[in-house]
Amino acid sequence: MAAIEQREAASGRPISGSGLSMRTKRLLWVWSFLAVPILFYTIIRFYPTFQAFYLSLTNWDLVRPPKLVWFANYIKLYKDPQFWKVFRNTFLYLIVGTPISLVLAFAIAYFLDRVRFMHNFIRALYFLPFLTTAAAMAWVWRWFYQPPPIGIINDVLALIGIPQQPFIRSTNQALYSIMVTAIWAGLGFQIIIFMAGLRAIPNTFYEAARIDGLGEWAILRKITLPLLKPTTVFLVVFSSIGFLRIFDQVYNMTTNDPGGPLGSTKPLVLMIYQTAFNSYAMGYAAAQTVVLFTILLIVSLLQLFILREKK
Amino acid sequence: MSDTALSPPLYKANIRPGRIIAWTLLFIGGLMMISPLAFMFSTSFKTPDQVYDLRLIPAAPTLANYIAVLADGRFMRWFFNSMLVATIVTVSNCFFDSLVGYTLAKFEFRGRYFIFLAILSTLMIPTEMLVIPWYLMSSQLGWLDSYWGIMFPGMMTAFGTFLMKQFFETVPNDFIEAARVDGLNEFQIWWKVALPLVTPALSALAIFTFLGNWTAFFWPLIVTTSKELYTLPVGLSSFAVEQQIQWEMIMTGAAIATIPTLIVFIVLQRYIVRGVMLAGLKG
Repeated sequence: MAAIEQREAASGRPISGSGLSMRTKRLLWVWSFLAVPILFYTIIRFYPTFQAFYLSLTNWDLVRPPKLVWFANYIKLYKDPQFWKVFRNTFLYLIVGTPISLVLAFAIAYFLDRVRFMHNFIRALYFLPFLTTAAAMAWVWRWFYQPPPIGIINDVLALIGIPQQPFIRSTNQALYSIMVTAIWAGLGFQIIIFMAGLRAIPNTFYEAARIDGLGEWAILRKITLPLLKPTTVFLVVFSSIGFLRIFDQVYNMTTNDPGGPLGSTKPLVLMIYQTAFNSYAMGYAAAQTVVLFTILLIVSLLQLFILREKK
Repeated sequence: MSDTALSPPLYKANIRPGRIIAWTLLFIGGLMMISPLAFMFSTSFKTPDQVYDLRLIPAAPTLANYIAVLADGRFMRWFFNSMLVATIVTVSNCFFDSLVGYTLAKFEFRGRYFIFLAILSTLMIPTEMLVIPWYLMSSQLGWLDSYWGIMFPGMMTAFGTFLMKQFFETVPNDFIEAARVDGLNEFQIWWKVALPLVTPALSALAIFTFLGNWTAFFWPLIVTTSKELYTLPVGLSSFAVEQQIQWEMIMTGAAIATIPTLIVFIVLQRYIVRGVMLAGLKG
C-alpha cells in the first residue's frame, strides 16, 4: 500500500478512481491551510509596513487626506532638538541598561547553576518579575520611589543614614530610576537563558580543563565565556531591542508629565505615541517609527554579522 | 528536553564555605527581586493609615481595599476583557501558527521557502511601526474601540509559526505516511497525529501568547477609548491616575492584575521555565 502511495506521489497520476492526483490533492490541502494566514500577513503585516514608509513621506493630520511632502518629516526630525534629546535618552537606556542587566544575569546564573539546595525556589524568585505586568509594576516602583515617609527606598536610605533622594522627580535620576524597573523586569528571562546556555556546554570540556589543572577563574575565562558566546550575543540583542522599545514603564511612572520631568526620561516610543495620538501628526510620527525600525534593523544585523564572523 | 536539563548536575553537590556564602547572597538577591511583589500584596491588605508602616505583615489586615476596588465594577469588566482577549488570541495562535508551521515543515511545494522567509521577515518589523497604519485601518473599518480591534494584530505571529515549524520538523515522516495509508485526510493527520506529538512546544506557545496579551499595554492603550473596553493594564493605569496618592488602592489594583500570572506561574512553573529555554534557544 505504501509503495502504491509513493508511486502515486512520484508519478503525479491517480491510480484509484478520484479525479485528482495525489499531488494535486495535497497541494489543495497546502494552499487551503495557508490561505487565511497569507491573507493575514499580507493585510495586517506587509501592507501596513509599506504604508508606514509611505505615510512617513506625507503630511497627515487624520482629518484631511495625506499630502506627499517627501523627506520634509525627516528633515524636521533632524532639526528637532526634542528628537535628539529623546534619541539620547533611548540610547542611555540601552547603553547603560544592557551591560548592567547582562552582567548581573550572568553572575546570578553562574552561581545559581551550581546551587542545589532550594534551587527551584530561588530560581522562581528571580524569574517571577519577568511574568508581571509592566504597567502594574511600574506603579509599585513609582510608590517605592516616593519621598519619605511614603517611599520605601527613601525610608531604607534614612535607616542607613543616606539623605533623601528625589528619584523620579529629578531630571538627573529619573531615567536611571525607571531603568532599574526595566532591568528588574527583564533579569529573570536572561538568567534562565544563561542557565540553559551553561547547561549546554558539555561536561567533558570542564573535565579536560580540570585535568590540565586550570582554576575556576581560568575555566570561566577560557571555556565558559567563549562557548557561551551565541547565548550572550542573543541576549545582548534581545535586551537592546527591549530597551530601545521601552514604553510601559516610562508612561506609567511619569503620567503627570509623560516622559518627564522636562523630557528627561522620554524614549522614542513615547515620542511616537505623543506625536501620533496626542498631536495627531501622523506623517511625522510615521517618520519616527521608520527611524526606530532602522535602529532595530541595524542591531539585529549586527547580531547576524557577529555570529557569522566568529563561527 | 528532559527534566534532567532543569536540575543542576550532581557532581557540583559538594559543600564548601564559598558555596554557603554564594547561596546566601543568591537567596538575599532573590528576596530583593520579589520584594516589590511582596510589598504590593502587603499594602493591598492595609488601611490608609497603615500604608506608611513598613512591616510586611499588616498589623490589622483588611479586605476593604479589594471590596472597594471590585465593588466599583470596572475592574471586573477589565479583568473579563483581558481574559477574553488573551484567550481568543491564544487559541488563534495555537491553531494558525501550528497549522502554518506544520505545512511549512512537512509539505513539499513550490513557494514554500518564499512563504517561510516572508513570514520570518515580519519579525524584523516592530509593532510600533505598524500601529499608525493599524489605527488608520481600524478607524476606516470601524474596529476602533472594539474587542476585535484589540485582538486582530496578534491573531498570528511569526515567532509562534517559527517555533512550531522547528518542532514539527522533528516529527517522523513515517507517522504521517502511516496515517495517510490509514485514510486520514491531511487536516486530520495534523490534528490527530502531528499535533499531539508537539504538545510541549504548543503549551509553551500558549503560555507565552496568553501572558504576552495579558500584559500588553501599547496597542490596547491606542485602540480603546471607552473605559468599558479597556484591558486590565490600561484600566489599571487610568485607575491609578484617578486615585492619585491612594497607594493602598493602586497596590490592590496592581495585585489583581498580578494574581492570574502568579497562579499560572505556580501551576505551570516547570513548563514555563522549559518553554523559555526552548523558545530562547530555538528562536
